[in-house]
Amino acid sequence: MSQKTRARKEPLLRMVKRDDISPRRAWLYRGIAFILALVTGGLLLLALGHNPVFVYRDMVIGAWGSPTVIRETIKLAVPLLITAIALALAFKMKFWNIGGEGQILAGAIAAGYFGFFTAQYFPKPILISLMMLAGMLAGGLYGLIPAIFKAKWKTNETLFTLMLNYIALAFVKYLMNGPWKASGSSFPKMPMIGSDARLTQVLGVHWGWILALVIVVVAWLYFNKTKHGYEIAIVGESEDTARYAGINVKRVIMRTMFLSGALCGLVGMLQFAGADFTITEGTAGGVGFTAITVAWLAMMNPFGMLVVAVFIAMLERGANTIQTIYKIPGAAADLLIGIILFFMLGCEFFIRYRLVIRGKEPKDVSPKTDQEPDVVEPVPVVVDPTGILPEPDIIAGKEPGNA
Amino acid sequence: MADAARASGQAETRDPVASRDDELAVNMEHITKSFGNVCANRDVSLQLRQGEILALLGENGSGKTSLVNMLSGIYFPDHGEIYVHGKKVTIKSPKDAFDLGIGMIHQHFKLVDVLSAAENIILGQPGSLSLSRKALNAEVRQLAQQYGFEIDPAKKVYDMSVSEKQTVEIIKVLYRGANILILDEPTAVLTPHETEKLFIVLKNMKADGKAIIIITHKLQEVLSVSDRVEVLRKGEFVAMVDTEKTTKDQLTEMMVGRPVSLKIDRPKMERGQEKLQVVGLTCLNADGIKVLDDVSFSSYGGEILGVAGIAGSGQKELCETIAGLYPAIGGAVLFGGEFEGTPVKESVLGLKPDEISRKGISMAFVPEDRLGMGLVAAMDITDNMMLRSYKDNGGMFVDRKKPKELADKMIDELEIHATGPNAIVGRLSGGNVQKVLLGREIAQNPSVLIVAYPVRGLDINSSYKIYDLLNWQKQQGVAVIFIGEDLDVLMEISDRLMVLCGGRVSGIVDPKEVTKEDIGLMMVQVAENEESSL
Repeated sequence: MSQKTRARKEPLLRMVKRDDISPRRAWLYRGIAFILALVTGGLLLLALGHNPVFVYRDMVIGAWGSPTVIRETIKLAVPLLITAIALALAFKMKFWNIGGEGQILAGAIAAGYFGFFTAQYFPKPILISLMMLAGMLAGGLYGLIPAIFKAKWKTNETLFTLMLNYIALAFVKYLMNGPWKASGSSFPKMPMIGSDARLTQVLGVHWGWILALVIVVVAWLYFNKTKHGYEIAIVGESEDTARYAGINVKRVIMRTMFLSGALCGLVGMLQFAGADFTITEGTAGGVGFTAITVAWLAMMNPFGMLVVAVFIAMLERGANTIQTIYKIPGAAADLLIGIILFFMLGCEFFIRYRLVIRGKEPKDVSPKTDQEPDVVEPVPVVVDPTGILPEPDIIAGKEPGNA
Repeated sequence: MADAARASGQAETRDPVASRDDELAVNMEHITKSFGNVCANRDVSLQLRQGEILALLGENGSGKTSLVNMLSGIYFPDHGEIYVHGKKVTIKSPKDAFDLGIGMIHQHFKLVDVLSAAENIILGQPGSLSLSRKALNAEVRQLAQQYGFEIDPAKKVYDMSVSEKQTVEIIKVLYRGANILILDEPTAVLTPHETEKLFIVLKNMKADGKAIIIITHKLQEVLSVSDRVEVLRKGEFVAMVDTEKTTKDQLTEMMVGRPVSLKIDRPKMERGQEKLQVVGLTCLNADGIKVLDDVSFSSYGGEILGVAGIAGSGQKELCETIAGLYPAIGGAVLFGGEFEGTPVKESVLGLKPDEISRKGISMAFVPEDRLGMGLVAAMDITDNMMLRSYKDNGGMFVDRKKPKELADKMIDELEIHATGPNAIVGRLSGGNVQKVLLGREIAQNPSVLIVAYPVRGLDINSSYKIYDLLNWQKQQGVAVIFIGEDLDVLMEISDRLMVLCGGRVSGIVDPKEVTKEDIGLMMVQVAENEESSL
């Protein structure tokens, strides 16, 4: 063992958890990540033989260039936003609901029943209300199933909700091919609903967008100001603490998942009655999965989700536009979205951790924070009895004086 | 023994390092190690002689474990050099450490439950395809005899007590040829009697020329077993002294950085009303084994009832059952109250925590797992203040005004070091976390206060602050139940002391009238009876 081997021991790169990062710095990193994403995407576009600047410009114009495309963009953002809020409800509780797709379809089917078969009996307001209630109830119940199993038998909700997606999808296919098949059609598809069952438009988009904005505000209040929101946060942190606090954990899990599913069901209803006017296998269209990204990128903040949902809707619209203008294959356009999301998600890692390159660790270990280091007892100290790398932010105390 | 005598003879001189390299088993020089912004060790040196027991003393968070972890290959130092037997070495992994004859016995054992002692001992060692268990057992037995261990090589680990498991860990290290042993808080899990046996073994090993580092924060043990003491404070070297030439008070002062009175008060109080009565409480664990067996006791106002016992003797289940968090299969938990002036008892067994408090019973409970049960680490102090009371106001919204006032008041009165009521609890130091938790529980004016291991992981200052708070509650007429692990503390602070063993009460005694050894015996007594009856 020569002395030189000593240096080889330390890994070339290692991650160190940041103590804290100022919001300004965090946004700087996000900005850098976005630019890097555009550059990387630009290389892809160059390889395809296009000028990236023009392509990006046309993406933006494709999403915001005219009232018509703006409406289309909004129409994409509405389901994403509501679904993201729905999933955030569950995620805050650390219940990994990836069954948004299934719950959306369940809502669409229930709304579809009233939309297809009872339109002639009810005046429009009642019909629409019925469709909404049915959609939310169906979505809620569909979300409740995995919650009951989790609460009672501790089943894995990730697999459970995922599998329920396929069941819902299969059920839609069954309806398309059989009972709900449009009469006279040779294709397996459902009929279109009549205008009585369609949502009224406000400023050119179905009124779901207003509802979505209301939900954003209500969700923020629910998360931050209500007892329910408080309970969700505690259950998510530690079930033991929740029981200690006298919270009925099972009830919170079931109640929250019902709400989560109900909001997804509402999305299904809105898509059915506001955008598609029929139900197909594509009614959910991946929204249940994309919304996971939206919720996480916004760190479960409803207002953040509003921004992110509109941003992703813009990317999708823009990707559509460049497909038609530049004949860029659909897959490449999707790849472009993927690159941007990858960078945006990836930069969150750098906001939470920093990398230390071998030998570049500052020699003197005075903390590089904005705090004045305590002169007499310079550094909070940590010892880890288990021998595992400590999590400084949990174990280390803020020392008196420099806290 | 000659080695030891020589060692203590030369301990006075501080810098004979260079000239006596060959006698030093280990020489760590100017070690610095940091984790992110947190500096665990700063320019710390340590010299371990052959044939000596060195106690590494310091409070929690003083860098003891991280220092020896660099010797056992778990961490790698940022700066500094390590010499073993005079030769400069690089220890990259636990295997490197083993190759140098360094063996560490961790606080948490790393044994395979379904294997026997002997099988665990040879685990990971090169060997031939066939294995003669008989020869192996004989070898292990011989090794054990050499140092005075008691062990049955064929016994499965899942049948072993904590102390037996520790013995296996030590023999495992010896079997691999270690001559430098590091024991991380080895006595934390042992009864006084077992501790004594361990110390005899350690002294035998020392006589055999082994060099031993023992990490501890219990002063009594330092004085009884070690030859020299190295004291660390806040990651820095404070002193290296001969054990013979130092005292408890001196060591404490070095550990804390200023003189500290080690006496714990036991204010005299008239015993008050019976506040809590537990009768024949019996609970099962997930495997259907009794974790509490016919436990009966009473707790009175103005009294601290200490609860002693080896870890896992049913303490956790006892607190949680009383608090309504753990199901019982039999027995009763009765709270003493009043109905129109007449004392009455109210049964709370089977009620959930919120149901108990809705009955108007004010029971405070400081659980063992502070951040995993008593508090929410990711929330701020205000939100943690309302954990048990957020349902009190009507309506669907939470009221953060009163909790915030409470948080402000508590930061002020209990001297909690935090930026303010919106400081995240998980980022506070252990002592401050405990103050937040205990403060909240006391703030609800309890009639019964149950605290489980309230000073675990706390530095001396915070510990004494907690003792003061408990005594203050006692003087307010609260019935305090103190589940503890340090017998010395329990015997000083308790008015009565209940000893648990294997889920049963082996006795309730007046700590002024018994010795520590008596209690130690009670901690194992019921189990022994049970064994003989089987």
